[in-house]
Amino acid sequence: MSPVSRRELLLGGAAAGAGLVIGIYGPRLGSLGMLGGKKEFSPNAYLHILPDNTVTIIVARSEMGQGVRTALPMILAEELEADWDRVKIEQAGASTLFGDQTTGGSASVRLTWDPMRKAGAQAREMLLAAAAQRWSVPVAECKAEKGSIKHEKSGRVATYGDLADAAGKLPIPSDPPLKKPEDYKIVGTHVLRLDTPSKTDGSAQYGIDVQREGMKIAVLARAPVIGGKVASFDDADAKKVEGVRQVSQIGDSAVAVIADTTWAAMEGRRALKVTWDDGPNKDLSTAAIWDGLKQSADKKDKKAVTLYSTGDVAKAGGRTVEATYQLPFLAHAPMEPGNTTAIVAHGGCELWSPTQVPQDVRDSVAAALNLPADKVKVNVTLLGGGFGRRLEHDYGVEAALVAQTMPGTPVKVVWTREDDMQHSPYRPPSLHLLSAKLDGSGWPIAFHHKVVAPGISSQKGFPLTNGIDPDIYTEGAFLYPIANILIEHVPTETPVPLAWLRSVWDMQFGFATEAFLDEVAAAGGKDPLELRLHLLREDKEIRFADDHWKTARLRGVLQLVAEKSDWHKPLPAGMYRGIACWGCFNTYAAEVVELTMEGDQPKVHRVVAAVDCGTVVNPNILEQQMHSGVVFGLSAALRGKITIEQGRVQQANFDDYEPLRMNEFPKVETYWVKNTEPPSGIGEPTVPPVSPALCNAIYSATKKRIRILPVQG
Amino acid sequence: MPDFSLNVNGSDHKVSVAANTPLLWVLRDTLAMTGTKFGCGAGLCGACSVHLNGELTRSCSVAVSEVGARKITTIEGLSPDRSHPLQKAWITEDVPQCGYCQSGQIMAAAALLMKSPAPNDEQITAGMSRNLCRCGTYDRIRKAIHRAAGQPSSNAGGAL
Repeated sequence: MSPVSRRELLLGGAAAGAGLVIGIYGPRLGSLGMLGGKKEFSPNAYLHILPDNTVTIIVARSEMGQGVRTALPMILAEELEADWDRVKIEQAGASTLFGDQTTGGSASVRLTWDPMRKAGAQAREMLLAAAAQRWSVPVAECKAEKGSIKHEKSGRVATYGDLADAAGKLPIPSDPPLKKPEDYKIVGTHVLRLDTPSKTDGSAQYGIDVQREGMKIAVLARAPVIGGKVASFDDADAKKVEGVRQVSQIGDSAVAVIADTTWAAMEGRRALKVTWDDGPNKDLSTAAIWDGLKQSADKKDKKAVTLYSTGDVAKAGGRTVEATYQLPFLAHAPMEPGNTTAIVAHGGCELWSPTQVPQDVRDSVAAALNLPADKVKVNVTLLGGGFGRRLEHDYGVEAALVAQTMPGTPVKVVWTREDDMQHSPYRPPSLHLLSAKLDGSGWPIAFHHKVVAPGISSQKGFPLTNGIDPDIYTEGAFLYPIANILIEHVPTETPVPLAWLRSVWDMQFGFATEAFLDEVAAAGGKDPLELRLHLLREDKEIRFADDHWKTARLRGVLQLVAEKSDWHKPLPAGMYRGIACWGCFNTYAAEVVELTMEGDQPKVHRVVAAVDCGTVVNPNILEQQMHSGVVFGLSAALRGKITIEQGRVQQANFDDYEPLRMNEFPKVETYWVKNTEPPSGIGEPTVPPVSPALCNAIYSATKKRIRILPVQG
Repeated sequence: MPDFSLNVNGSDHKVSVAANTPLLWVLRDTLAMTGTKFGCGAGLCGACSVHLNGELTRSCSVAVSEVGARKITTIEGLSPDRSHPLQKAWITEDVPQCGYCQSGQIMAAAALLMKSPAPNDEQITAGMSRNLCRCGTYDRIRKAIHRAAGQPSSNAGGAL
């Protein structure tokens, strides 16, 4: 039985004495902005304690390396006063019990912090009450500690397992008391990840590792030109490959070769002859896309939408500084290529998928197969990286459509690396027109940022938020309280499929803004750190979209990174540095990059990163995520680029789209501010400051501005 | 299909597969040993790393017909109980994030330690730079290799 169906049974069985099962019907938490206002109201998480003293915490978010299978249970276990060594976790599949299960937007900890704490506290209070009842003593004399309730006066002890049945019959307290931060025993400690041992011996199960009795493997030939279609195909040679069982067209633009093994399917695809109808994009090129963006920037009749405005940038006088920045298409390239296993049988479909969006997969498969959603079951495996690629439901729908051609047989669809690189949706390109006005002392008094780019959510059909593409509305917060600010977006369109990539628009806004601010500092004769601290000198709250930001916290991470990087001390000859900061997903980050130049290319030696992400649930995972964000941002900044010629993506594998390797990875130092603010995101916030800090350091070395990424051209 | 005899982690297996099948897919599909991962299929990322007679090998780029009598060691065969010093060090340093590349990383590190039992930073970099990690675990990989080799390593960063 799957975790979720068992959960559903247990929920019904709680009153009958199956143990203690707590459903948390938390407050409405709001949807992820990045998902364009998709909303669902329902419970958020579950816990069950069985009479055998097993404490199981259900993780309803996807584990893609960011540590949710450890961090989320820690939050609940803290309030529960659980014995951490006895806590087990189960991964939830797509369900109606957990609210929005989308894993993205650096949201797992920050959005489940309150409901997970409440769930643990409710259970603790009920176990305390059950023990007090059993012993006929006041609840106040009982204490919860390490998986047991103790009555010190009488020396009596009962484990949670002993009390589970009795506690399950008590009313659920609606407003249980929560622990004070100074009493935390688990939260804030360096807890090792629960999933690590299985990742050292090959036993961890990713989507691609799914094995089912009688399973076949499918590899698909996909239209090489974006938007192309199958005109016809000849499968005679493909079927001659031993092990190939079936060749079927899937939708308009793909042909599946289904075989006994992955290799036979790949060989069958090689032998397959498909005639493609290239469609309207056969002449599409990145150069033409850039021309289009530049034309949209120039068009006077194209209405820009205002993201943020204060004062009047047009009327502000003073010396003008202007620059234009541009960022390329990017691919996510998670290490585990796309895959999903599906079986269509008995009027339903079951899938095993490495997905960040199990509910979207469920609903999209239901729509594609014309099934009711409750006839589609989605099991979530481990994800071999995500980075936003698995916010798409494409693998899942494709696997269901392929399985539909072979009813009763489980079929695993496997993408090759080339499939992933050339047939995925991409981070959109963007053009940034920036200008600033400086007063007589060289301080900026006006800042204007016009972003020209296709919207991701609007391309996917999500409704606009206040007339603005929902991701762009939420992200790209400008946190410097200058008197005159105008931030605008000129929406464009592209036939290239688009996707959210780790830190999404913050990577683009962050690069353009923070690199340009370095130009402003230079034009005004200011040190880049001094300029930022001057702009942030007063304690102010900045309201941007639906978020509240504090200048003091951004100033705090800048001061921390300056101190830890010895910003005010001279560097050895030939070493140069740059600084940048950014706020996103409610977290503040600042980074200093130190580099030398080898010819015209930088060699990064050291990155010092500081964050303020509020309460730190697990410093071990925090450090991992900070490292991860830095390497992801550096890979993109140095050489990340997807280009298109004749409607085809040109990059194909890790030789022409190559993430950083160990020999290029700098020393990364991580620091964080200790406070008791609510926890905020950490999966993404260290990405945006890397590229501007890098390019600002390159300027320091060469006096040349890098305004087009990637740095390596 | 032709038959091949393979010795994997000390056990003999007979498989009937096309002669050009990469060892990777024989391990994963035919023998159901899925610890060895498919990352690029082109010898670029190292996720499929195994040992052939102790030599680090990309299993995606070796046809089953080329293996011969060489003994194959996969991540499942590194130790029966996660007791290899690298596995213990990987757990202590909490190296993996998504973990997908880590079988290959550990096999590459094991090959490195066979040649250089106490590698310095340069040797670790040279031995490990053919293995990609998209999550950025390189720093902890380095620390774990030092730990497995019985050497201390510096620790950078920390809370304010």
